[in-house]
Amino acid sequence: MNFAATFRIALLALRVNKMRSALTMLGIIIGVAAVIVMIAVGGGAQARVEDQIRSLGSNIIIVLSGSMTSGGARGGSGSQPTIFEEDAYAIGREIDEIQAAAPTLRGNGQVVAGNSNWSTIFYGITPDYLEVREWPVVEGRGFEPAEMSGAGKVVLIGQTVAKNIFGDASPLDQVIRVRKVPLTVVGVLDRKGQSMTGQDQDDLILMPISTARKRVLGAALAKSRSVSSIMVKVRQGADMNDADQRMRELLRQRHRLQPGQDDDFFVRNLSEILQAQEASSKVMTLLLAAVASVSLLVGGIGIMNIMLVSVTERTREIGLRMAVGARSRDILTQFLVEAVTLSLIGGAVGILLGVGGAMLIAELAGWRTELSGSSIILATGFAGAVGIFFGYYPARTASRLLPIEALRYE
Amino acid sequence: MAETLIRVEDLAKEYRMGTNVVPALCGVSLKIEAGEFVAVMGPSGSGKSTFMNLLGCLDHPSGGRYWLGGQEVSQLSGDELARVRNSKLGFVFQHFNLLARTSAQDNVALPLLYSGMPPHERKLHAEKRLAQVGLAERMDHHPAQLSGGQQQRVAIARALVNDPQLVLADEPTGALDSHTSVEIMALLQQLNREGITIVLVTHEYDVAHFAGRIITFRDGKVIEDKPNVANDAAAQLK
Repeated sequence: MNFAATFRIALLALRVNKMRSALTMLGIIIGVAAVIVMIAVGGGAQARVEDQIRSLGSNIIIVLSGSMTSGGARGGSGSQPTIFEEDAYAIGREIDEIQAAAPTLRGNGQVVAGNSNWSTIFYGITPDYLEVREWPVVEGRGFEPAEMSGAGKVVLIGQTVAKNIFGDASPLDQVIRVRKVPLTVVGVLDRKGQSMTGQDQDDLILMPISTARKRVLGAALAKSRSVSSIMVKVRQGADMNDADQRMRELLRQRHRLQPGQDDDFFVRNLSEILQAQEASSKVMTLLLAAVASVSLLVGGIGIMNIMLVSVTERTREIGLRMAVGARSRDILTQFLVEAVTLSLIGGAVGILLGVGGAMLIAELAGWRTELSGSSIILATGFAGAVGIFFGYYPARTASRLLPIEALRYE
Repeated sequence: MAETLIRVEDLAKEYRMGTNVVPALCGVSLKIEAGEFVAVMGPSGSGKSTFMNLLGCLDHPSGGRYWLGGQEVSQLSGDELARVRNSKLGFVFQHFNLLARTSAQDNVALPLLYSGMPPHERKLHAEKRLAQVGLAERMDHHPAQLSGGQQQRVAIARALVNDPQLVLADEPTGALDSHTSVEIMALLQQLNREGITIVLVTHEYDVAHFAGRIITFRDGKVIEDKPNVANDAAAQLK
């Protein structure tokens, strides 16, 4: 007896009791739909968390100068100028995983404009810096190439600085003095808010790195090409650790460090925070899926219940089938196929409902949902497994009936 | 005469009811030739149903041996017995045992499903047998749309569809009125004349009289086994 015939018998038996089959499937339908919707909602939440963290700069690696030891006192990171602008350009050029590498020169000082003043941090940067930090200019413009190469007297200011110096007036084209050097405000940066460590990220001004070196920081640095730090953005989807590793190797090579010699620079990144956040949202998705799976399990028990009723009700039919030549294996297959068909049809409807439900939630509640193919495959596989698992016992009960007793059953 | 189709020797069956062992059949030996029409009679509890179940390979004997068409079947496993039933036997039951909401044709074709015959051949065989019992017009009817007599004809067509060596009919008229009973018995008689061996269980003497030989059971033993001389006369009256 071939499988197609068994399948037809199963479909026929299910069609005979349309209402009951539909109600039995309902358990599986709801279970599968719930699993898909929950995983979609959880996946959406996870993606949102990832996006937020990424905007904070989770895919950013910061390279800092090494430390200087003088007279037994170690100076801490950045105390010795060991990294240079060329290091930054080499990193950006030679490592595929890296989208942009921005050298920065840091300083602080009093900003004066008219009769107001404000103490803040300034950075000498290249345009890569704005790309690395995903930081748009909301008013005015960024730096021109000529200003970059020619130490142009221009500056971009953060929201906090703009507010404290200029109040509600427009800062564009105004002149501010940084360490007594007059610079023209050409643009205002977008609001970034607090950093993860609670610092006000908007309290800063940015100027071309050449301007910072030659005009603002003064004679000590004017001739050097050293920088305070290099901010590196890793390409989306690239592995943070690979990028980190390749960058270290490149810097060691450029700095001619021998094997066994310590790095003369420091590397920091925020991937640990990202990992912790991702782990927690994964746990949440898993939890949601687990709760939804319970309903799938309940659906499976519903199938077992109905199949047992069906076996009892159809005892005479089973007896007859055995009398005309069905082996117990044929009966087992028939009932198992019935149960699996029930659960798979229920699974298919559940997938449609789940996908529709996830879309509806995204539409109505405005939640981000992320449908994944793997959750659909998982739910289908689970529905099939439920059918086999909960269908097996009733099917075996049917196949173990004795023909004479089954025939005599009233 | 014709070859021996059924030979049983010392066939016995006991049922266990808790600690009690209840003998249902105590050492029956007999032969049935191919082409015979045998009625098995006896009061309830006489062992006639047990005997039928054993003949029908639906049950294992507790003792004795049973040859069906030269093959010893008393020692076969469950699946082997299923195969014997599928290829050599046809059953007609008191309550028809047709599948509800299933066409007459599909009901008749059911045994062929388990012998692995391709669908179109199953259909052809079922059509032929339905025509043989006079229901060619009702091929697509469901059992609920047929009268009792017609349902039993469908069941008979089903019993014949696998070209069995032996048709076993267990009280085939038990659920029918007397007029329809006569029709069904006449049909069985006619099939027997066409060469099919039939063993019939009944407790009605009128029904048994359509057979050519009557075996009577009591307390698990054969107490009478004789040719039915009235058979030919009765048949000619119809």
